[in-house]
Amino acid sequence: MSTALAESAAGGLNPLRQTRPRYGEKVIRVILFAAAAVSILTTFGIVISVLIPSLEFFAEIPITEFLFTTTWTPLFANPQYGVLPLIMGTLVITLIAVLIAIPLGLGSAIYLSEYAKPRARKVLKPTLEVLAGIPTVVFGFFALDFITEFVLKPIFPGIQVFNALSAGIVMGIMIIPTIASLSEDAMAAVPGGLRDGAYALGATKRQTALRVVVPAALSGIVAAFVLGISRAIGETMIVTVAAGLQPNPGPNMTLNPLEGMQTMTSYIAAAGAGDVATGSIEYKSIFAVGLLLFIITFFMNMISIRLVRKYRQAYQ
Amino acid sequence: MTATLDIAPDSAPVDLQGRGQPLVDKTFRWILFLCLAVGIVFLAVLLAYVTIKGWPRLTPTLWENMPSLRRPEQAGAQSAITGTLWVIAFTALFALPIGFLGAVYMEEYANPTSRFTRFVEINIQNLAAVPSIVYGILGLAIFARALALGQTVITAGLTLALLVLPVIIVSTREALRAVPQNIRHGSLALGATLWQTTWRQTMPAAVPGMATGTILALSRAIGEAAPLLLLGAVTFISFNPTGPFSAYTTLPIQIFNWTKESREEFQILASATIVLLLVILLAMNAVAILIRNRTQKRW
Repeated sequence: MSTALAESAAGGLNPLRQTRPRYGEKVIRVILFAAAAVSILTTFGIVISVLIPSLEFFAEIPITEFLFTTTWTPLFANPQYGVLPLIMGTLVITLIAVLIAIPLGLGSAIYLSEYAKPRARKVLKPTLEVLAGIPTVVFGFFALDFITEFVLKPIFPGIQVFNALSAGIVMGIMIIPTIASLSEDAMAAVPGGLRDGAYALGATKRQTALRVVVPAALSGIVAAFVLGISRAIGETMIVTVAAGLQPNPGPNMTLNPLEGMQTMTSYIAAAGAGDVATGSIEYKSIFAVGLLLFIITFFMNMISIRLVRKYRQAYQ
Repeated sequence: MTATLDIAPDSAPVDLQGRGQPLVDKTFRWILFLCLAVGIVFLAVLLAYVTIKGWPRLTPTLWENMPSLRRPEQAGAQSAITGTLWVIAFTALFALPIGFLGAVYMEEYANPTSRFTRFVEINIQNLAAVPSIVYGILGLAIFARALALGQTVITAGLTLALLVLPVIIVSTREALRAVPQNIRHGSLALGATLWQTTWRQTMPAAVPGMATGTILALSRAIGEAAPLLLLGAVTFISFNPTGPFSAYTTLPIQIFNWTKESREEFQILASATIVLLLVILLAMNAVAILIRNRTQKRW
């Protein structure tokens, strides 16, 4: 196995005849392989660490009760474990974020890829990417202290201090760079010949962008959307700081974004930051919610990775 | 449904230079520009807001004093600054060697068409998109409890190292890929082994790219708060860490703690600490860009 790999990896570039065995090279190859294998161990570690406590959790709480009931009060005296309020909270905030990030991110990408002059692009793109480097706790503070206080309160006087709307808006802005830069990569991969063909047929720049470039780059753009949504679902600090720590109240779960909501991530953060005893059912509930979060984001990431491969294959 | 309807602005004649675009096209261009402007204006407002709000507390007391819940007007963030330095040092210690060597394996040694290599690649891409709080769960279950490292600097360092590992591997691979094949071929033709070629030719040529990726990965780790919430950083800490097994807090966590306090003094303190954190991160990013621009080699 290892010799076959060595020959194929070096592409037949090895010295014609090995004069003496080089054990050092073999040791190094094993060390390098071990380093690469750490990434697999990480995935394995994640799966093990969420799965085992989750299985213990589901031994006590039936999985149907977890998935289909509407009261989430694990830290109360009479705990109930219906995860739907957390899912609803996650969906509402993600939806607000997506409604902001998809049009703005795609618009930014089309502008950067099709309209901006190279010099303007060289300044605008890194500036937009600075947004992606801002720590999320800073966004959370800004959502709570500025967006809710000075932007939303004047418009909606009845808004709660902790609300889903401010968290969703700021999260939407946060994922603009993710969506914009991946979509732009996909549009940049569209061969110039397609654009020239459209112009030759008399299309305007807008028609070329919307009817030729965007459709041709569609799988990459959808991949960017999916990855953006996955990031919104997994985002923790913004919702923990700005959307509050009350679960979206059951049994008649509200969809009102002016109220506070708890998401899957902010429950994990709140319960994990408190001092829950190892082995208690509250402790295990962190992992059950974590498992659900991991499964959801895993599927979205896989869809995104597949779509990116698709457009790469089409144009390379 | 008359023929005149067909002469929509869409089909209006356009000259070859693209000038004289119909109104719809001009409006469209402006809308796209506004989309981009929203993000940039948001960034500018955020930076201005935290700077103005935090200005009164941007004094040496911010790094000379320890956090305090009773006297916010005197409180500082020294334990958070030293805690961040400790945690990042351990993150780098674990993540950099593993990241560099793993990337070398994937780029220089592994057979790119084998199923195993593709599996590892997809795995790394997925890990890069796993929510950071899930890494916190991993750290809590495995490092803190199973390996009994507790809620210490080393647990945080190990957890953040796994979190940034995909970033380091991906950027190192890109840096290695940018080194022309001729250099490898030349070295191999002179009789060097694969490792001699990698260590003495390929890796030195890729150092600038690796450095840029490293800085970006570590700046992500510095700003990360979510996994550390599960790893004990929220406890009130008013002392500097003394070693790898010491309790700790970090800048983003200290900001989070102050944000939770309702008194306005704490919000001002949070703003000042945010400015401090952003200055550190922007400086790191500037260094990364500088390295990239200085060393853009034309082969």
